[in-house]
Amino acid sequence: MTFITLQSLEKSFGATPVVRTFDLTLEKGEFVSLLGPSGCGKTTVLRMVAGFETPDQGDIVIAGESVLKKRPNQRRIGMVFQSYALFPNLTVAGNVAFGLRVAGMDRAGISRRVDDMLAMVGLSGLHGRFPWQLSGGQQQRVALARAIAPRPQVLLLDEPLSALDAKIRVSLRTEIRAIQRELGITTLFVTHDQEEALSMSDRIVVMNGGRAEQIGTPQQVYDRPATRFVAGFIGTLNLIEGQVSRQAGTASILSAAGDLPLPSDSAATGKVTVAIRPQAMSPCAPDQGNLRGTLRQIEFLGAFTRLHVTCAETTVQADCFARDLPPGLSLNQTIGLRVAAEDCVVMSG
Amino acid sequence: MNLHRVTSWIAFALAAVYFLLPLVATLEFSLRARRGVYSLDAYRNVLSDPQFHQTLGYSLILSLATVVLGVLIVAPTAFWVRLKLPRLRPVVEFITLLPLVIPPIVIVFGYIRLFNTSSVLPLTGSAGGTDFLLAAGYATLSLPYMYRAIDTGLRAIDIRSLTEAAQSLGAGWTLILARVILPNITVAILSGAFLTFAIVIGEYVLAALLNRPAFGPYMVWMGGNRAYEPAALAVVAFGLTWAAMAVVQTLAGRAKHLNTSR
Amino acid sequence: MSAQPQRALSVWLGVVPFFAFALVFLILPTLHVMLGAFQTPEGAFTLANLGGLMTGSILKALALSLKLSLWTAALGCGIGLAVAGAVTRGGLPPALRDTVMTFSGVASNFAGVPLAFAFIATLGRLGLVTVLARDWLGVNLAATGFNLISFTGLTLAYLYFQIPLMVLIITPALDGLKKDWREAAESLGASGFQYWRMVALPVLGPSLIGTFALLFANAFGAVATAMALTGSSLSILPIVLFAQIRGDVLQDPHLGYAIAFAMIVLTGLSNLIYILLRSRAERWQK
Ligand SMILES: Nc1ncnc2c1ncn2[C@@H]1O[C@H](COP(=O)(O)OP(=O)(O)O)[C@@H](O)[C@H]1O
Ligand SMILES: [Mg+2]
Repeated sequence: MTFITLQSLEKSFGATPVVRTFDLTLEKGEFVSLLGPSGCGKTTVLRMVAGFETPDQGDIVIAGESVLKKRPNQRRIGMVFQSYALFPNLTVAGNVAFGLRVAGMDRAGISRRVDDMLAMVGLSGLHGRFPWQLSGGQQQRVALARAIAPRPQVLLLDEPLSALDAKIRVSLRTEIRAIQRELGITTLFVTHDQEEALSMSDRIVVMNGGRAEQIGTPQQVYDRPATRFVAGFIGTLNLIEGQVSRQAGTASILSAAGDLPLPSDSAATGKVTVAIRPQAMSPCAPDQGNLRGTLRQIEFLGAFTRLHVTCAETTVQADCFARDLPPGLSLNQTIGLRVAAEDCVVMSG
Repeated sequence: MNLHRVTSWIAFALAAVYFLLPLVATLEFSLRARRGVYSLDAYRNVLSDPQFHQTLGYSLILSLATVVLGVLIVAPTAFWVRLKLPRLRPVVEFITLLPLVIPPIVIVFGYIRLFNTSSVLPLTGSAGGTDFLLAAGYATLSLPYMYRAIDTGLRAIDIRSLTEAAQSLGAGWTLILARVILPNITVAILSGAFLTFAIVIGEYVLAALLNRPAFGPYMVWMGGNRAYEPAALAVVAFGLTWAAMAVVQTLAGRAKHLNTSR
Repeated sequence: MSAQPQRALSVWLGVVPFFAFALVFLILPTLHVMLGAFQTPEGAFTLANLGGLMTGSILKALALSLKLSLWTAALGCGIGLAVAGAVTRGGLPPALRDTVMTFSGVASNFAGVPLAFAFIATLGRLGLVTVLARDWLGVNLAATGFNLISFTGLTLAYLYFQIPLMVLIITPALDGLKKDWREAAESLGASGFQYWRMVALPVLGPSLIGTFALLFANAFGAVATAMALTGSSLSILPIVLFAQIRGDVLQDPHLGYAIAFAMIVLTGLSNLIYILLRSRAERWQK
């Protein structure tokens, strides 16, 4: 059941277009991330949903009703800011109670809800603290509790974790997702951190230059990047240029580094770029691989080992577990790299 | 949103009227000395009054003396405290703020009682002594401004490395202060100096109670005895003060520019 | 071997000129006056001088000074806040803000004799506004009960330096109100009014009260403007002190000390409030 529809949103600041023909639908209870480099318009999309910016074109529908005419305080939206934006004059409890007081809830109800919310974000007992007495992680928890306390229809989070230490960031990811699941609240999450988006989201919107480059599940976006931008932005990726050649029923891609198999479902012709994840390449004897090259570097990364291999002009990376490494590997020797057809993502151009 | 903006413009316009009207009125009033036409008579009268020259001259010299005294006392102290005695900073800062807390009239009252002819330090006994006392009083009043200006200037440069570099080249303290530190905080000192000048030039209470022939008491005397000349004097005083403050603002702008371009 | 203590001593020598100067020309004179308030002419301890403050003309002058300082501080705060609000968040061009700040920096230092002359030239018997009101509008200002040489007139003149001082101090505080707070409040369902009542005003509170105290002290200690504007027809406390220093009009030298003492206490307390509240406001602003 579609709960939120963003329909052909357009927004410019002055003469600069910041969001261009942006379409997105969210199911009820879905967690969707907007992922993209800084300045690509993620915040602007979020602020249009919240009502702090008005789109030049397009429509925003929440629960079957266009909200464009509604002011931010009528949209029933919970928002978590990158800066936390806690009210400095109010205690933790006062901050969480803010939306409830504004809505005219009775004292007993407020107090009960505040207790519930603080328990949910793991801050029970900190009712009386002021924001400046809290750590960054605690402040962000309060901000989350404050946003969800009035039971909004939609939760918007704008890079809520980017100001925190790496460790807290990782643990808060899990917590935010757990709370979101428990409440079943439809959520739009902005981040420039691919790991965050991949680990938390039901679906990811990869944005670039104000446009949605690809919308899909983390798996889809990771394994099947639709464009070179998505491929380059998410994870490490080897890009190899080549020419499709179809001869006598067998199709392959000819490149300077060797021949790659063409996936059977691909209809590509002419010049193409093939994207291959490092873990899809496995080292082998020079004459057994699809690609051949010189081993330049062996990088031990704990869980796996990364090989840097120079094939013709380009250097590719291959990840493999220690036990899969061919024995007696030494630098500057020639090795082969094997790739399966289904791991080759072919992009035209 | 638009209503908001309209209210803002109205608030701004009302304030502009309140603040500009007295300036315009003073100028207009100063030109009214001759019946029926605008003239510069009031200015002519003022400029041809030997008292005007004497008192303004006296105040100019006194403000110069005040600036010298103030810089001599504040600059080495601010430098020394930053370099060697950072623990003392709050104390020094507190003392320099006291003149904003204690009304000037109380300070001068203390002077009159403490430095009278029968005291240990009978400064009020002679004209020269009283002049010095007046300069010291003005230097005291300008402490908050002078200290803040110079301390800000010192913060902007790395005095520790500068001092150590000079020491390694064999310079003594006097040389370091005069040749290394002072040139680097000229802008700060100048802005403190002009602020001091703006305060001193038309000051009334200290000069009047210490009975010195300064510009402030002269203006008050004219105010009681003439009609249009006081307005002309006010225009002159405004001009001097605003010129001094304009210099301060320009210097501040320049200092900011220097700091951000680092 | 004795280099260490010697060096420590010479380090302290560096600040001797400053402390000596401050002692002689700031601290001792002030202490002398404060102690004098508790002494009889013969030097014995007494509280009679302070008691003398509560009598007749001095009490009246004290009341008048309090009234003047409170009014100009309150009006200065209110109007200054409106002006600062207009230039910081009223959607006015940014250049205007710079102009207002520069002007405020100058005008806040503008207490004094020329200010009095400027108001005489504006609202005095022959002042520009008086004349224009008569010639253009047919309004006789004096007949409406307005008189520049009065409490109202003095208040108007004091506001000329009080408002800019407020603008100078409160503008950074207004800048400290983050846009995010407003948006957070709105997204939680608050109206603009609710945001001001529940967040903005409480956050600004310490700054507002602190600046009020500062403005109070600022007005309470001022003499020259009042002196040049009203002569001695409006006896506020500093003017009484002025006359006392000049000619012992109270015929009791130690009453002067008591007046000075009262002034120090009042301005000192106000400044203390200002400093305390400002540090509290800064804590919030982080
Ligand atoms: N209020 C504004 N006025 C002008 N330009 C803006 C405004 N807000 C954002 N922009 C510009 O729009 C672009 C997109 O901004 P934003 O949506 O904040 O990007 P992101 O959140 O993806 O980093 C940026 O180039 C930014 O400079
Ligand atoms: Mg952003």
